[in-house]
Amino acid sequence: MAKLVATEEEVMLADAARGFLDEAAPVAHLRGLRDAGETHDAALWKSMADMGWAGILAPESAGGSDMGHAAACVLAGEMGKTLVSSPFISTAVIAATALRQVADDRANAALARIASGEVTYALAIDEGAKFNPDATQMEARREGNGFRLNGSKGFVVDGGHADRLLVLARTGDALTLFDLPADRVGITRQAKSMIDNRDAATVSFAEVEATGEDVLGQVDDAMTVLKPAIEAGQAALAAEMAGVAAGAFGMTVEYLKERKQFGVPIGAFQALQHRAAHLWCECEVTASAILNAGRKLDETPENASLAVSLAKARATDTAQLAVQEGVQMHGGIGMTDAFDMGFYMKRARVGAEWLGDYGYHANIIAQARGF
Amino acid sequence: MSETSEKLSTFQAELRAWLEENCPREMRDGRNDETTICWGGKNWNFTSEAQRTWLKRCVTKGYTVPTWPVEYGGAGLSRDEEKVFHAEMGRINARYPLQSFGIWMLGPALLHFGTHEQKLHYLPPIARGEVRWCQGYSEPGAGSDLANVQSKCEDKGDHWLVNGQKIWTSYADKADWIFALVRTDKDAPKHKGISFVLINMETEGVSTRPIKLISGVSPFCETFFDDVKFPKEQVVGTINRGWDVAKYLLTHEREMISAAGGSMGTGRPLGAVIADCETGATDPVLRSDAMRAEVDTLAVELTLERYKDQAEAGGSVGDASAMLKYMGTELNKRRLELLMAAGGSDALEWDDGRAPNWLRTKANSIEGGTSEVMLSILSKRVLGLPG
Repeated sequence: MAKLVATEEEVMLADAARGFLDEAAPVAHLRGLRDAGETHDAALWKSMADMGWAGILAPESAGGSDMGHAAACVLAGEMGKTLVSSPFISTAVIAATALRQVADDRANAALARIASGEVTYALAIDEGAKFNPDATQMEARREGNGFRLNGSKGFVVDGGHADRLLVLARTGDALTLFDLPADRVGITRQAKSMIDNRDAATVSFAEVEATGEDVLGQVDDAMTVLKPAIEAGQAALAAEMAGVAAGAFGMTVEYLKERKQFGVPIGAFQALQHRAAHLWCECEVTASAILNAGRKLDETPENASLAVSLAKARATDTAQLAVQEGVQMHGGIGMTDAFDMGFYMKRARVGAEWLGDYGYHANIIAQARGF
Repeated sequence: MSETSEKLSTFQAELRAWLEENCPREMRDGRNDETTICWGGKNWNFTSEAQRTWLKRCVTKGYTVPTWPVEYGGAGLSRDEEKVFHAEMGRINARYPLQSFGIWMLGPALLHFGTHEQKLHYLPPIARGEVRWCQGYSEPGAGSDLANVQSKCEDKGDHWLVNGQKIWTSYADKADWIFALVRTDKDAPKHKGISFVLINMETEGVSTRPIKLISGVSPFCETFFDDVKFPKEQVVGTINRGWDVAKYLLTHEREMISAAGGSMGTGRPLGAVIADCETGATDPVLRSDAMRAEVDTLAVELTLERYKDQAEAGGSVGDASAMLKYMGTELNKRRLELLMAAGGSDALEWDDGRAPNWLRTKANSIEGGTSEVMLSILSKRVLGLPG
């Protein structure tokens, strides 16, 4: 396996991303969207696409850079540090990975539209309050040569603005994945007001018509296409959460150096030093799991489940710890809306739930490890 | 396939065949705990014929110290080959043929600071398991404040003369030689007057006394130096700069202690062990705690890998090894608590064998620098916090 050390290319990508994001999307950008009642910045996504980020997993034949999952995790991590609001994971990671499992001209054309920034996607999968694809109830009833979709999907991340939806539905005893335009007749979207001010929607389907052309992969075999896509998304989300932890941690350490009480910087107190050092340790250990997941997805994608779940479980935990310690060590100011730490806390909570919480991933690990 | 990966898979195939042929069945139980370790040394009593055979065979291949250069008794393996070596050993649950402070600590220090003559003289006997070393660092007044060592070492022209007391010297009563920190300049600032010296335990004036621990065993001793004379060349590195050697070596010790986590590395996953126990299979709370410990174990192991990769790529690990020591030992304590809980009352009997291992782990976060010292190192040197 490639080394668990960032390559020169990955370091350069991270530096370039940081430079761009500090300018174009600091935390103040998210605050601006929130204050304006918006959840999506189309111009920001366009700039990211122009930099090649939307096509990071698309093949060069579709105008992508095909840099791989470890690189996508690098970008997601940098976005996490300043809570960048974009459909990167839904579109550039999940949808692109799903489309790459289907090697035909239509899929390649769709990848080209992703890479150019022309089209965004959302994954419509959850039906209950917890991530559980196996429990999908929404029905795609066979009718003539096609299907009729009926049901509802909740917590469709980026679903309020996405141009297209990847929809998981039951076809008899099996599951089938559909790739539908979000404006198809019978689809209604209801934007949700989320704690992290990111785009999420409830999407309802009433006798929505779909043909064989709308099926991604094979009928009755959603998982061949969807499983790699979900795992890619989970790894990128884990990387984003590690970035959230790093962002919150960085602010906290700076504050420990600046804030004075009893005539000294509070970072001189051993009680806080040890908590901060412990948090740093947790961040370091999680960083290893993230790097490993990216490498595994690039090298042995058919055998990456354990590595991906390890990354998501660890990142979920670490981000939770970082934001909780962040607020506590900032004291009262950490509780104020005017200060950014609260944004980190809310994003960490949402990231913990999306694509499987700690328990979901710990169970996958436990099974793999003989529990 | 590239040339390197081809070479690597040839190595793997050969190693696998060699292990299959040469590792005795009895040495394939994956046990690397206090009671099964082969420490070597002049007075070593092999616990079985298989243990003797396994050591002998590994010595011929340099597999007791796989990464050391061949001329010093190793196999000269690259980092990639070392990974393969550990994976193949793990595949058949092979015990390590030899473990010792010579391998873990003195060896790396000599490889880095020793003269060519010192390396040729001291390393091969370590690799062959013929000389067993112990570490003389702590003193009654120098625990967490290690640089406060007071054992007095005087230059007597043609020899050194040392007087003082060491404590927590692991297995000093069984060791052939000791590497120790002694004060060679009492007037210099405390970090600048220490030297790193090598003393034969049979020298007149050296005596040891075991300390009985809560686990019932006595892995640690008090060691006394009363007018001990030893040759001038038995100093590693520069005189009065022993702290540099000690710091370098502590890095290795910390990595070693953090990696020595019972079944971490080659052994069975925690879950499989717990599932064997009656309680573990039925208790959802224990299962959940064990799952968390397993998640953390896997991630800490990856971090150890990452740091090794980083070191090999030329990046410095430095003070961050304090992180591995802290996380590894705290995790190990958690794991052994879980194994005790899974064992229920069965694990409470001395004969069962779990209790001594469990109690032993409590020292992991004290020896080689306490968890609190590790956190202080990190907060000051890595995070740059004041004070």
